[in-house]
Amino acid sequence: MEIFAVVLGALLAVACVAFVARPFLAEPETADDRLAGLTPVEQERLQLAEQRDRALAALKELEFDHRTGKIADADYGELVGPLRREAAEALQALEPVRASAPAPVERVDAPA
Amino acid sequence: MPELGRAALVVAFGLVVYAALAGGYAAFRGRRRLLESATNALFAAFGSVAVAALVLLAALARHDFSFSYVASHTSRELPLGYTLSAFWGGQQGSLLLWLLVLTGMGSAAVLLNRRLVRGVIPWTVPILGGIASFFALLLVFVASPFGTQVAPADGAGLNPSLQNPYMLAHPPLLYLGYVGLTIPFAFAMGALASGRADERWIVATRRWTLASWTFLGFAILLGAKWAYEEVGWGGWYAWDPVENAALMPWLVATAYLHSVMVQEKKNMLRVWNAVLVAGAFCLSLFGTFLTRSGVINSIHSFTQSSIGAWFLGFIAVVAAASTALILYRLPLLRSRTRLESLVSREAAFLYNNLFLVALALTVLWGVIYPLVSEAVRGVAVTVGAPYYDFFAIAFGLPLVLLMGVGPLIAWRRASLRALGRSLLWPAGVALAVGVMLLAAGAGSSPPGLVGYTFAAFVLAAIVLEFVRGTRARHALGAGSWVGAFTSLIGRNRRRYGGYVVHAAIVLLLVGAVGIGGFGTTREAKVSAGQTMQVGDYTLTYLGSEQRRAANAVEVRARLAVARGGNELGTILAGKNRYLAEQQTSNEVAIRSDWLRAEDLFVIADQFNTDGSVFLKVLINPLVNLIWLAGMLFVAGSLITMWPDAREQRRLARRFVEEGALARA
Repeated sequence: MEIFAVVLGALLAVACVAFVARPFLAEPETADDRLAGLTPVEQERLQLAEQRDRALAALKELEFDHRTGKIADADYGELVGPLRREAAEALQALEPVRASAPAPVERVDAPA
Repeated sequence: MPELGRAALVVAFGLVVYAALAGGYAAFRGRRRLLESATNALFAAFGSVAVAALVLLAALARHDFSFSYVASHTSRELPLGYTLSAFWGGQQGSLLLWLLVLTGMGSAAVLLNRRLVRGVIPWTVPILGGIASFFALLLVFVASPFGTQVAPADGAGLNPSLQNPYMLAHPPLLYLGYVGLTIPFAFAMGALASGRADERWIVATRRWTLASWTFLGFAILLGAKWAYEEVGWGGWYAWDPVENAALMPWLVATAYLHSVMVQEKKNMLRVWNAVLVAGAFCLSLFGTFLTRSGVINSIHSFTQSSIGAWFLGFIAVVAAASTALILYRLPLLRSRTRLESLVSREAAFLYNNLFLVALALTVLWGVIYPLVSEAVRGVAVTVGAPYYDFFAIAFGLPLVLLMGVGPLIAWRRASLRALGRSLLWPAGVALAVGVMLLAAGAGSSPPGLVGYTFAAFVLAAIVLEFVRGTRARHALGAGSWVGAFTSLIGRNRRRYGGYVVHAAIVLLLVGAVGIGGFGTTREAKVSAGQTMQVGDYTLTYLGSEQRRAANAVEVRARLAVARGGNELGTILAGKNRYLAEQQTSNEVAIRSDWLRAEDLFVIADQFNTDGSVFLKVLINPLVNLIWLAGMLFVAGSLITMWPDAREQRRLARRFVEEGALARA
């Protein structure tokens, strides 16, 4: 029984090592081993996309709050302008990238 | 075969150390294949720990007493369910469960989010590996569940208090909550380490955080239900240090779940959110330390051990490293957005955060003060319920009020006039309820009266939110009223699921105030045939009986219950004497009346040789609302976590943009 357990343990270790080494076994030589990351400019663009989404979501929320009576007409009038401007600026800044982007895909991995 | 278990743990230890070191190097130097290899090590570690867990489970199921752990925590007469639950009944097993859940959840989170946050994953993997290394180290070198001995004829058995159905679910859920908080921590620190200023990590971990928070909250309630039935003093929460240990990370995680919405909507509170994520994780480690170190006296602590120093050291390292990283990235985290008005939704979230964190810190001080006092002055002191009750009321009531006011305030800024209009109905309902309760005699407990009035205010505000939202959706052409209602929830699950959770908290408040402020207690010694009057219940002691169960001798007092002349049947209250464990436990009788929302709770404190029995009887009004609140809490959390197709489409659009960016 003890020998059997030791053999099983050794097999487990070998299987784990093989699995861990797989990236190197599958690709012993590679032209590019660098991690793909965003450059500072790309990061800034990504933040612009977030800014655009944030502004659009805020606009929708503002509309809804106005409809449900949480926001007075005067406050709505004061708030809606800057939000629209913010969304427009982000959209404008993103325009060159959007033009080169392919059509939106329908489905992605659900964020967990 | 303990050798296989030991080997699997050694392999797992090697793998997680590799994931930490190789992953860290890969992230630092930007090596793709090495990072993939480190990620694989994390996945393989989960498989290896699962093998170790299976070995222990098999040993438990086979009553293999050559495993010291199995002999110390089970016996031949222990029913199978409890035998298997001994997996987490002892220190070594519960550490193994920690590592199993950590490597499992960590692997799943990395696997599911590898595309969404691929810039953050390089640092997330080594952080997860580092945390797992600590637990693997403990299991391999300090507290192995695979120690062996010459098998005795029988085991020592499981602590009788743990032989309760709620203990089958409470510890694993608690661990899912504790360990789950590692995921937002690892991703947040990963984002900071990689210098990512975007909010991908928040999106990636949102559901993990919510799920962990739900597990933790539900586990706290299951623990309360266990204490109510098993410990048998008639209450449900006693501010015990181990109960508080779970409450603290839950409070901080609650604060984070609110403040992260401010970051998502206004790009504010970024430093604060990083601090909350790190704080919640450190407190979850502290909770495990309190439960498992034996450093405190608690009805929930079942162990005395030497791992306390290891845990304290690890908590110190995690706290110091997180603080250093947050300070290092302060320029990145600083927000350019400012609070526009003190009367706004984000301001309400800020106040809510201050009260939640203040409450968590107050509880923390109550827990550690006895330890500090003993260490510094050599004097053992106890922090009792009055301390916690005072601060729970002082911080809890404003929090309840904010639960009602917050949803009625708009983001950015709200005029006092519009707010006044919104508050009119809830305030009117609260006032009416308060006056009615006063007329009904509820003034006997002023905190109870205030609590109920506030509860009515919050419930009215929630109903108003649903009504106004449904009306607005209907006006926008969402079809029937039912269609408008479902589309309202479907279009903003987080908001309306959150309101359901708020309603659950209000129910819990109503139940807690009911049992705390309006309960009845009577004690009496009765002989066979004698009756005892408690409130409008009449209890007649019919005599005692004894029977031999599988692993205990059960002694019960049989009592006939009547109310207003109506016979309601008989109940049994008594004690169990566990043979293998040589311990006795109280087995209370509980008669729940769901229509009156109250429990008749009977403790048979002492069986006398003359045949009489000493009874303690309580009427616990509204206590069942606490358990109902638990179910509503889970329902609300599920609504909040349910996948949103529109959100996925929005994320898909951003994926495309990022792809275009990478090619630009």
